[in-house]
Amino acid sequence: MFFEELLADDGRVEPRDEMPDAYRRLLVRQIAQHAHSEIIGMQPEGNWISRAPSLRRKAILMAKVQDEAGHGLYLYAAAETLGVDREDLLDQLHTGRQKYSSIFNYPTLTWADVGAIGWLVDGAAIVNQVPLCRCSYGPYGRAMVRVCKEESFHQRQGFEILHTLSHGTPAQQAMAQDAVDRYWWPALMMFGPPDADSPHSAQSMAWGIKRFSNDELRQRFIDMTVPQSEALGLSLPDPDLRWNEERGHYDSGAIDFTELTEVVSGRGPCNAQRMAHRVKAHEDGAWVREAASAYAAKQAAREGAA
Amino acid sequence: MTTPPSSSPPPLRSSGEQLVGDPDRHVAGLFEYVLGLADDALVSAQRTGWWISRAPQLEEDVALANIGLDQLGQARALLAHAGAVEGAGRTEDDLAYLRDEREFRNVWLVERQQRDFGVAMARLLVLSAWQAELYAALARSTDPALAAVAGKAVKEVAYHLDHAGHWVLRLGDGTEESHRRMQAAVDAEWPYVEELFTPVDPTLVASGVAVDPAALRPAVLHAVGSVVRRATLTVPEVAPARGGGRQGLHTEELGYLLAEMQHLHRSHPGATW
Ligand SMILES: [Fe+2]
Ligand SMILES: [Fe+2]
Repeated sequence: MFFEELLADDGRVEPRDEMPDAYRRLLVRQIAQHAHSEIIGMQPEGNWISRAPSLRRKAILMAKVQDEAGHGLYLYAAAETLGVDREDLLDQLHTGRQKYSSIFNYPTLTWADVGAIGWLVDGAAIVNQVPLCRCSYGPYGRAMVRVCKEESFHQRQGFEILHTLSHGTPAQQAMAQDAVDRYWWPALMMFGPPDADSPHSAQSMAWGIKRFSNDELRQRFIDMTVPQSEALGLSLPDPDLRWNEERGHYDSGAIDFTELTEVVSGRGPCNAQRMAHRVKAHEDGAWVREAASAYAAKQAAREGAA
Repeated sequence: MTTPPSSSPPPLRSSGEQLVGDPDRHVAGLFEYVLGLADDALVSAQRTGWWISRAPQLEEDVALANIGLDQLGQARALLAHAGAVEGAGRTEDDLAYLRDEREFRNVWLVERQQRDFGVAMARLLVLSAWQAELYAALARSTDPALAAVAGKAVKEVAYHLDHAGHWVLRLGDGTEESHRRMQAAVDAEWPYVEELFTPVDPTLVASGVAVDPAALRPAVLHAVGSVVRRATLTVPEVAPARGGGRQGLHTEELGYLLAEMQHLHRSHPGATW
C-alpha cells in the first residue's frame, strides 16, 4: 500500500514500507530527541539516589531511573528501525547537534524536586506521549505504549512523595511548595512554543505523528493538574489560574517563552553540567565497549576455528 | 519417567543440639551477625547506585540498577530482621540512617569508592561469589527469617556473579588496555577478600543459625580464581588488608558514604517520607 493511502486509512507505517525521506528524517529527529531526553533525564533524579530519605524511597527512585534507561533503550531501538544507529545518535547528542528536553536542564535542589519531577514532568510527558501511542510509525507507537504505562507509575509516585511532604512537618511542606513553584513553569514549557510559533507542527500533524497541537496538550495538562494540586494542598505559582466556566477549561497566565529559548539555546542552569556528565560517562566507558567488541570478535574467531 | 526427589541437604545443625550459652548473648550475637550481612548489602547498594547514569553503555545502566536494587532489597529484609532480633523497636530506616560509622558492620571490600568499571566488576565478582556460597548455606539456617531472606537472595546473587564474571572475562581477554586495567582492578580488590572469612560467634555456628565463614573459603576462592584465570588474568599474591569492619573499624571512606546517605534523613528528626 502506498504511504499516502496508509496514512489516510490511519494505518501503521512499518520499517520495510516505503516512506518519504522527509518523513523518515522528521521521525529520526523526534525519536532521537525523545531517547536523548530519557537518558539525560536519568541525571536530575539520579542525583538523589544516594540521599533518598528512606530505604523504600531509595528503592522506588532507583527503579524509576532504571525505567528511564529502559525507555532510552526502547526508543533508540525504534530509531534504529529507520536505518540509523545508536552510536551515531549518541554522537549527535554529545556534539550538540541533537537536543533533549529542556526540562532536564533544571537542577534538583531538594528531595521535593524528585516529587515535583515525578508529578509534573512525568505528568506532562504522559500528556505528550499518550497520543503518540497512535503515531503513524508503528515501532514508535508501540514503544510509546510501553513507556506510557511506566510513566503513569512515575507520576503517581511523584504525587505520593509530594503528598507525604505536604502533609508532613512545616519544613517538609515548605520544601514541597518550593519545588512546585520552581518546576511549574518549566513543566508547561515542555509542550513547546505556542502554536503560532511552532514551525514543524503542521507537517507532523499531516503525517499522523503529532495528533494535537502544543497549546491543546498544554491546556489538557493544566486541566488535569490543577485539581491534583488542590488534593496535594499545594498552590501553583500562577495568580491568573482560574476555572473558566464558558470554555470548560482553566485560564492561565502568560508563559515567559524567552526562558524556554534561553534554555534551548544552551543557557539553562544545568545544560553544561548535563552534557559534561553524559560525555564523561561515554568517554570513561570507551575502553569497556572496545573490550567487549574485541572479546566478541575473538570468541567468533575461536568458534570459527573450532 | 520421574526422577526421585533428591534428598534435601541436611540442616546446618542436627536437630538434637541445644542452643549454647545464655539467651541475651545469643540475641546480641545474632543481631551483630545479621547486621554484618545487612550492612554489606546496604553499603554495596549505595556504591552500585552511583553507576546509574554513568555506566559504559545503556544496557549496563539497567543491569547495575537491577543489581543495586537486589542489594538494597536484601539489605532492607536483613535490617528489618536485625531490628526484630534486637527487639528494641528499631526499623530498617532507624538502623540504616541513625547509626554512626563505628556501628556499621560491613567489610572493607564494599565500602570504598569504585569509580572504575573494572574495579566495580572485580569487586562484584568477589562479593557475589562470597554471597552465593553464603546465602546457599544460610538458606538452611535454623533461623527461619534468615533462611527465607537467603533463599530469595541466592537466586539474585547468582545473576550478579554471572554478570560480573562475564565482564571480567570480556575485560581480561578484550584489548591490551582492558587486560591491563582489569588486572589492576583485581590486584586492587584482592587484599579485601580475606576479611570475608572473619570468624563469627561460634555459638551461632554451633546452633545452625550462622555459617562458619572459613568453611566457605575454598569454594569462594575457587569460583573467583577460575573466572580470573579464564579471563587470562593472574590471581594476585598480596597481603590482606587490615580489615575490622565486623567490629566497626572502617576505612575513612565509609564516613563520607554515610554522611551523604544519612544527611537528609537526619536533618528532619522524626519526619515521615
Ligand atoms: Fe521515561
Ligand atoms: Fe518517567
